[in-house]
Amino acid sequence: MYAFEIERPTTLQDAVAAIAGGGQALSGGQTLIPTLKARLADPGKLVSLHGVAELKGVCTDDDGRICIGAATTHATVARELAGSYPGLASLAARIGDPAVRNRGTIGGSLANNDPSACYPAGALASGATIVTNTREIAADDYFHGMFATALEEDEIITEVKFPVPRAAAYEKFIQPASRFPLVAVFVAKFDDGVRVAITGASETGVFRWTEAEAALSSDFSAGALDGLRVDPDHMIADLHGDKAYRAHLCAVMTKRAVTAAA
Amino acid sequence: MRVTMDVNGRSVSGEVEGRTLLVDFLREGLHLTGTHVGCDTSQCGACTVHVDGLLVKACTMFAAEAEGAAVTTIEGIAAPDGTLSVVQQAFQDHHGLQCGFCTPGMVMAATALLKDNPKPSEAEIRHHLDGNICRCTGYHNIVKAIMAASGQEMPALAAE
Repeated sequence: MYAFEIERPTTLQDAVAAIAGGGQALSGGQTLIPTLKARLADPGKLVSLHGVAELKGVCTDDDGRICIGAATTHATVARELAGSYPGLASLAARIGDPAVRNRGTIGGSLANNDPSACYPAGALASGATIVTNTREIAADDYFHGMFATALEEDEIITEVKFPVPRAAAYEKFIQPASRFPLVAVFVAKFDDGVRVAITGASETGVFRWTEAEAALSSDFSAGALDGLRVDPDHMIADLHGDKAYRAHLCAVMTKRAVTAAA
Repeated sequence: MRVTMDVNGRSVSGEVEGRTLLVDFLREGLHLTGTHVGCDTSQCGACTVHVDGLLVKACTMFAAEAEGAAVTTIEGIAAPDGTLSVVQQAFQDHHGLQCGFCTPGMVMAATALLKDNPKPSEAEIRHHLDGNICRCTGYHNIVKAIMAASGQEMPALAAE
């Protein structure tokens, strides 16, 4: 690692000021620290969000949305949402491994927007709202492609608000060495329609499969997806799977998610 | 920068750089070399310790972030007189180790599991060990040891 200093603010205000002063936010570090070790980043100064209590925890707002502080760990989400939003709790409970889940955070995952990360699928399918220190961003406007988001320089996520669907499930086909999804699908059924978000598959990062959403909104069953396929053109191709394979997995995993949710 | 934390019940402090990993502070600063560095990429789990009671990979956390925390390493698991913990004794009794390199992390992971889930199923044990890699045992005897430490009979394993 290149040398850097660490600041440890205890309030959001101090954290934002330290980041504006040239620091890079450090949340759980489960992606950032390996990146630093590989010398793929040279931040000069890290601002640890670990001690900022107001960024942690889970609550429910007046609209019934579940509000998760950005520095809340996957383990906490898995535990706290088990009754209120089991689909999202199950997603959080299967990220990485137990030790990773005790450090990794929802805000860190969404800010990084790895094209194979789990949380982007959960947030996009749920129609979540990403709250930052300056504004609120709808999930539909937030994800801008592989490792790219709507976040401005110096802007940090403070909270994520999730409407709770009638039914939801996350089905993940893992790449066993990394434990990241090769392809994973989050299906969320709301009163006014179904949302389907797919991660791991596309060169443009997480995306909504709108044809499947239309079919499932009129008939929420795996059979409603028969004959539908994802265009392989924009799929990721690597040593673990080619474009056609990933496109095929998109349909298979969506069917499994619908079956699990129904 | 100076950090102060509680390690195995003892208050310790030392000078660290921002980039000093918790595992390096434990091993090189405190000479607690029971915590191993296997992969250094958060895959293998040999460096697993408890921070404020939670399982954490010490190679993927900065020492500065453990300021004020209570850290337990493998050196803090046995009783002060050297009597092995229930989990450690079960690993010995059931031959849950061969070369021993992964064992500190395995014992820390198993100890954390049994604290939250005193009677885990075989499937729960295997799922919990997702982040701890062993290259010798094939895991069967580790699973047996953890079942035994939880006071459960080990059913015959499918692959044996």
